[in-house]
Amino acid sequence: MHSNQPFATSLNAKRGARSGRNWLLFSVIAALIVTLPILGLALEALKGSSGLWAHLFSTILPVAMVDTVILLAGVGIVTAVIGTTTAWLVTAYEFPGRRLLEWALLLPLAVPTYIIAYAYLDILHPIGSVQGAIRWVLGYESPRQFRLPDIRSMTGCILLLGFVLYPYVYIPTRAMFLTQSGNLIDAARTLGVSRRAVFWRVALPLARPAVAIGVALALMETLNDVGAAEFLGVRTMTVSIYTTWITRTDLPGASQIALALLLIVVALVGIERWARRKQRYATDARRSRGFSPQKIAPLPGLLFLGIGLVPVLLGFVAPAIYLTTEAWKRYRFAGLSPRILDEAVNTIVIATVATVVTILLGLVVAYAARIRPGKKSAALLRLSSMGYAAPGTVVAIGVLIVLAGLDRFIDRTALDWFGVSTGLLFMGSGAAVVYALTVRFLAISAGGIEAGLSRIPMSLDHASRTLGQSVSGTFRHVHLPLSKTAISAAALLVFVDCVKELPATLLLRPLNVETFATHLYGEAARGTYEEAAIAALAIVAIAILPVLLLSRVGSTRPDAG
Amino acid sequence: MKPHAILASTLLAASMLSAPSLAAAAEINVYTTREPALIAPLLEAYTKSTGTKVNTVFMKDGLAERVSSEGASSPADILMAVDAGNLVDLAEKGVTQSVESSVLNSAIPAELRDGKGHWFGLSYRARVLYAAKDLDLAAFNYEDLADPKWKGKVCIRSGQHPYNTALFADYIAHHGAEETEKWLTGVKANLARKAAGGDRDAAKDILGGICDIGIANSYYVGLMKSGKGGEEQVKWAEAIKVILPTFKDGGTQVNISGAAVAKNSPNKAEAVKFLEYLVSDEAQKIYAEANYEYPVKAGAAVDPIIASFGTLKVDNKPLSEIVSHRKQASELVDKVGFDN
Repeated sequence: MHSNQPFATSLNAKRGARSGRNWLLFSVIAALIVTLPILGLALEALKGSSGLWAHLFSTILPVAMVDTVILLAGVGIVTAVIGTTTAWLVTAYEFPGRRLLEWALLLPLAVPTYIIAYAYLDILHPIGSVQGAIRWVLGYESPRQFRLPDIRSMTGCILLLGFVLYPYVYIPTRAMFLTQSGNLIDAARTLGVSRRAVFWRVALPLARPAVAIGVALALMETLNDVGAAEFLGVRTMTVSIYTTWITRTDLPGASQIALALLLIVVALVGIERWARRKQRYATDARRSRGFSPQKIAPLPGLLFLGIGLVPVLLGFVAPAIYLTTEAWKRYRFAGLSPRILDEAVNTIVIATVATVVTILLGLVVAYAARIRPGKKSAALLRLSSMGYAAPGTVVAIGVLIVLAGLDRFIDRTALDWFGVSTGLLFMGSGAAVVYALTVRFLAISAGGIEAGLSRIPMSLDHASRTLGQSVSGTFRHVHLPLSKTAISAAALLVFVDCVKELPATLLLRPLNVETFATHLYGEAARGTYEEAAIAALAIVAIAILPVLLLSRVGSTRPDAG
Repeated sequence: MKPHAILASTLLAASMLSAPSLAAAAEINVYTTREPALIAPLLEAYTKSTGTKVNTVFMKDGLAERVSSEGASSPADILMAVDAGNLVDLAEKGVTQSVESSVLNSAIPAELRDGKGHWFGLSYRARVLYAAKDLDLAAFNYEDLADPKWKGKVCIRSGQHPYNTALFADYIAHHGAEETEKWLTGVKANLARKAAGGDRDAAKDILGGICDIGIANSYYVGLMKSGKGGEEQVKWAEAIKVILPTFKDGGTQVNISGAAVAKNSPNKAEAVKFLEYLVSDEAQKIYAEANYEYPVKAGAAVDPIIASFGTLKVDNKPLSEIVSHRKQASELVDKVGFDN
């Protein structure tokens, strides 16, 4: 699929080459901007930490490693199974409530991992409503006579994370089923393959890149999570990073663990890519059409709907009902905090600005990889996605190191040239938060846009260039309109993630600025979760809107549009 | 929208988010790891009585890193923390400065502040035992937590939480590392559930029948029992009684919340004035009433709920010694697999 442009005039070719170089240059700059904090951490790690690894290897590492692997494997399997089956359910079959299910399956995205963990801890607690009802039915008086196994366990953690993270798999896989497999699946059906066999032999193998991307995102979210692991008592490597840094005041050591973890993630993603290096997945974005879904009779159709609703109920409806009742109780008890409006504005402004910046950089990196294909641009694309795999606070520390250097440089320069001190321009400003969020979430933006661009056949680029458009003109008139869906979807995902993000925002935000997430944490940190119920509900509520938009983006089957 | 239009509006929005101008005369900036709701009443009272505006930003991990990265231009005047270890860390990382104030020195007992004035304890709390109400138990030693008779009956949060590492470090100060390791192994064997969650979960889990005893901070009882956390928490608190445990050769382990003046404080005079306010009778009363903590100032009253636990005999090991064992305590937690 990588070919030259044989028909372009020599003039165009020259202009194109220059323009292509510019894109590559921009891409280098973008990748550099988001990699700097990681480099800053590497510098910190080089300071050395005496005896850390000896201690880790002899004590916590074997357990934490095994736990991390079990957690990742568990969450990977749960999200892959739920994500692909539900995606197949809503694309391959037509049954009552399918349209509702199509978007409802996205809703758990709006629930942060730390919120679902806390909600279930309370719902399923021996003195909570569920176990209370069970005791009432069975005729027990006190939880001392009968209670269910504690949710604070590895299994509990895997299931809870799985139920809110599966949409990361559902979204790309469903899109893949909708756009890519149509012709091939129809061909397979014509050749007499049953619908179930089609799933295993055609649709699933074709959707593998999508499943892989989705699972990778879900696993990185898992590695980032500290809140849920803390509630549920699961000791991961991420928890070890915090222990080393905070309890043992060893930042270089913590940076070393963080970088080691990052290497493992990069290696895993690399292995997956390497395993399908010989496979090509391009199909024609314009002409491919979805295959017609099979109509299901009403009664078994209800069963399908029931199965599809399970993850929605567990990942969204139950925690949402819980949060609503808790928030209502809180409202009746203490009223609304007067700062809630400020917090809403802060949350939305920060998330919006960060989303715009992240999408712009994502466009640059992904587009450069398309027009200057090769090892260099692919490496830049990977490099710019690294921040997603690093825990939020670790990224924030890296951002501190970079911005401190920048502020000092500007200050000194201004002092030398104009005799004025500029003080701190970036540190302690909203820009620092936006920067950290960009570093964290560029992976979503660049990855989503790359996937969208890859569906546009190269022949369109060639045609456009032959007709005299420059590289940037082709981008504006061909690629941008054709990948609008992918770009909007990426933007919405990034926005939701920015609203939910906690550790980087917490460390870097300006004086007197609270967002819903930082407010929530301020209460959770001292154990007063009840006072945070309204903020928690607000986070979920703000995140729902883009999630619903997300369901509209790309819900139209390509043959209809 | 054209790409450059998007870029322009982004830059505009970003500039709206940019750093606030440096503090004017009657303003101080507080960086705090103490949760906003806990200091809000103090700040409001201070602004009311002096007219000085107090700007705050609450962080958890990385406060020292942020202040030291900001360097000479840092706007921070006051650094507040909730753990003696954190205060010592701030001083050791060189982001605090020495303060000489007779008001502070006379109000705060010497063992609850830094000898060179780099940090000051403002309030303290005890690490106490929550026990099921009907349990036949009147006194308790921390050493008893490892007693096999409590097998499957003990609830506690993560061993790596600063509240617990401080307790374990105190244990090292009393019995040495070797004994502490044995003790931690015994406590681990007695746990009813994973070492996880928060301190209040100990009360909630005792009500839920998961455990009989738990280790947690004293002030949570006040917050639960007073009804400030809603009616459900009153039930949690009513399911337990509080015992002030002691070391066999000492007293009850306490930890402080405190504050320091930042090394590059743009407004040191105001910062010291603020610290001095925090040990005034008015502020110490707020610590006791709103937060259910023990005030540092001699003679300041304790909230009745907290007073009902009995007379607190503060452990005899100095904070500085306890803090010095913290890293070792944390490593022992890993070694015995306390949190696994």
